[in-house]
Amino acid sequence: MAAERLLEVEELKVSFVTEDGIVYAVDGVSFTLDRGEVVAIVGESGSGKSVTVMTLMGLTRGPNSRFEGSARLRDRDLITASEAELRRIRGKEIAMIFQDPISSLSPVHRIGDQIVEQIRAHEDISKAAAFDRAVELMERVGIPRARDRARAFPHEFSGGMRQRAMIAMALSLSPSVLIADEPTTALDVTIQAQILEEVKQLRQDSESGVIFVTHDLGVVADIADRVIVMYAGRVVEQGTLDEIFYDPQHPYTWGLLGSVTRMDRDPPRRLPAIPGQPPSLVHPPQGCHFRPRCPHEFEHCAEVPPLEARVPEAPDHLDRCWLEVADKRARREVEGRIGLGTGSVVA
Amino acid sequence: MARFIVRRTLSAIALIIAVSIVVFGIFEIIPSYNPARAIAGRAASQTTVNEVARKFGFNRSLPVQYATTMKLIFTGQVIDYQYDLNVVDQFRQRFGATLSLVIPAGILWLLASIVLGSISALRVGRVIDRALMIFAIVGVSIPIFLLAAVLLYLLAFKTNVFPNTGYVGISDPIQWAYHLVLPWFCIAVLSVGFYSRVLRSNLLDMVNQDFVRTARAKGLPPRQVFTRHVLRNSLMPIITMFGLDFATLLGGAALVTEAVFNIPGVGQYEAQAIGNLDVPPILVGAMFTGFFVVLFGAFADIMYALLDPRIRLTG
Repeated sequence: MAAERLLEVEELKVSFVTEDGIVYAVDGVSFTLDRGEVVAIVGESGSGKSVTVMTLMGLTRGPNSRFEGSARLRDRDLITASEAELRRIRGKEIAMIFQDPISSLSPVHRIGDQIVEQIRAHEDISKAAAFDRAVELMERVGIPRARDRARAFPHEFSGGMRQRAMIAMALSLSPSVLIADEPTTALDVTIQAQILEEVKQLRQDSESGVIFVTHDLGVVADIADRVIVMYAGRVVEQGTLDEIFYDPQHPYTWGLLGSVTRMDRDPPRRLPAIPGQPPSLVHPPQGCHFRPRCPHEFEHCAEVPPLEARVPEAPDHLDRCWLEVADKRARREVEGRIGLGTGSVVA
Repeated sequence: MARFIVRRTLSAIALIIAVSIVVFGIFEIIPSYNPARAIAGRAASQTTVNEVARKFGFNRSLPVQYATTMKLIFTGQVIDYQYDLNVVDQFRQRFGATLSLVIPAGILWLLASIVLGSISALRVGRVIDRALMIFAIVGVSIPIFLLAAVLLYLLAFKTNVFPNTGYVGISDPIQWAYHLVLPWFCIAVLSVGFYSRVLRSNLLDMVNQDFVRTARAKGLPPRQVFTRHVLRNSLMPIITMFGLDFATLLGGAALVTEAVFNIPGVGQYEAQAIGNLDVPPILVGAMFTGFFVVLFGAFADIMYALLDPRIRLTG
């Protein structure tokens, strides 16, 4: 019954040496991805979610980057792989869709040629054959008159069509892992919905695993099977979509869920926000990284809580918070819904 | 495209007229400027000078003088005041030497700038980058006549590796190139320093662009990422600069190099004319340069449109 495991990330740490000091962008991230599932990584800007996925493709490598831990694609470690090995994996086994399709496509090359370029980087086929395949791919992601449009430049495409073209490009070699780094953030909501449909369709057709990076919980609810919540370089909670949305264990997750407006409830007088700002990753706080912003903080929080299962009935629901499960369930109730709370338990 | 050509032609005409008026006007405010005396010669009596002034029309009103001169220029009959030579013929005869000097030098400096700028950007902060930085600063700051003189002293006078100045027509290509190697090098050094630094900083900006990350994420080989995506998108400012610099050199701005290496080009002729305050060659030279500036400005815009599909030629 267990699906094939595609990706296994263990204790991944990424830091960058900068003029201000060492930035611990990713600090011990572990997760897995199976064939046919969509894993969402959520967190605010600077939580390390993009760095995590870019590291899987070796795009964060550089003279000032340091890596620890492992990230295995089937049996190969992506962290220690040579640049030549990685080049064969990029685009072919792991493909990526980026946030802003206008800046992520080369302005001076035709859309079709940019897809052809990727196909020919991995397969020894003629330009004409690769172009035909590019056209097919563009048709598959719903670009009308694909043969003509393949000869157009990115600036002649609308935002939604550009993102479709990006998806067509990412799909061109049927990768087993598809990473989507905030693919809908730069699009308006109707286009966003179409693109999400496209990604869902894709999972059904191609049986690849999808890592979907976003800060939009609405998108997560729509698309994800499992959710990983990141904060200041660490995974603070992970579980199935239902576990995260209906039984969140970490106060940061409560805060995230509490700051979403809901159509099915009366609008709050003021949209709740998590007070404060994410910590500096050069000098992160001791212990739990969320401690300075957390109203529920107590002595124990000075020690880093391990990421482990704390809900007895859900062995795969992991979180990093020292509070007792029953206590958490009481504390997160705010006016009949989940929220960050105030730190005092309202009986 | 037709609209583009028409508009550029009109602007060329406007620019050339404007340049000619400015240059013509400048000589009127030079205090010691007296073309009649220059033509008549130092020893000539005041009567002779007056006679010359009357004959050449220097006593007429300024607009009339301007109109007369322009008419002579466009009918190809204008002569210089110093040597009594037909100015247009002089430009025609000398332009071959200037082309011989400037075209290969332009190709040399453009290619060298792209290669050296790319090396700097790919090895940023390393020894080679720093060495090229020093080379660039020296190249930009050293006066061209000094560089030319030093090269001539070392390579022509001391060791005889290269000929000691002079020019041979292209009908003998080996001698032609042999005589021009040092001049080409001198012109190129100045521009390479500047161009390679500009290209380096463009390349470094471009490397961090999202589409370059996409190119890497596609699994393209590093060389292809660099040439097709990074370099291709970094060439625009270089092309603008090249268009203008190349145009002014064709118009005679290579005059220092031409003078030092004794190359009979248009620059050398213009330099002599400036020394003698000889208006017709200077006027023709300025108009000649203006023509090339507009021509190569248009050329740069066409290159832009070819390199970047977002740009349309509108004139």
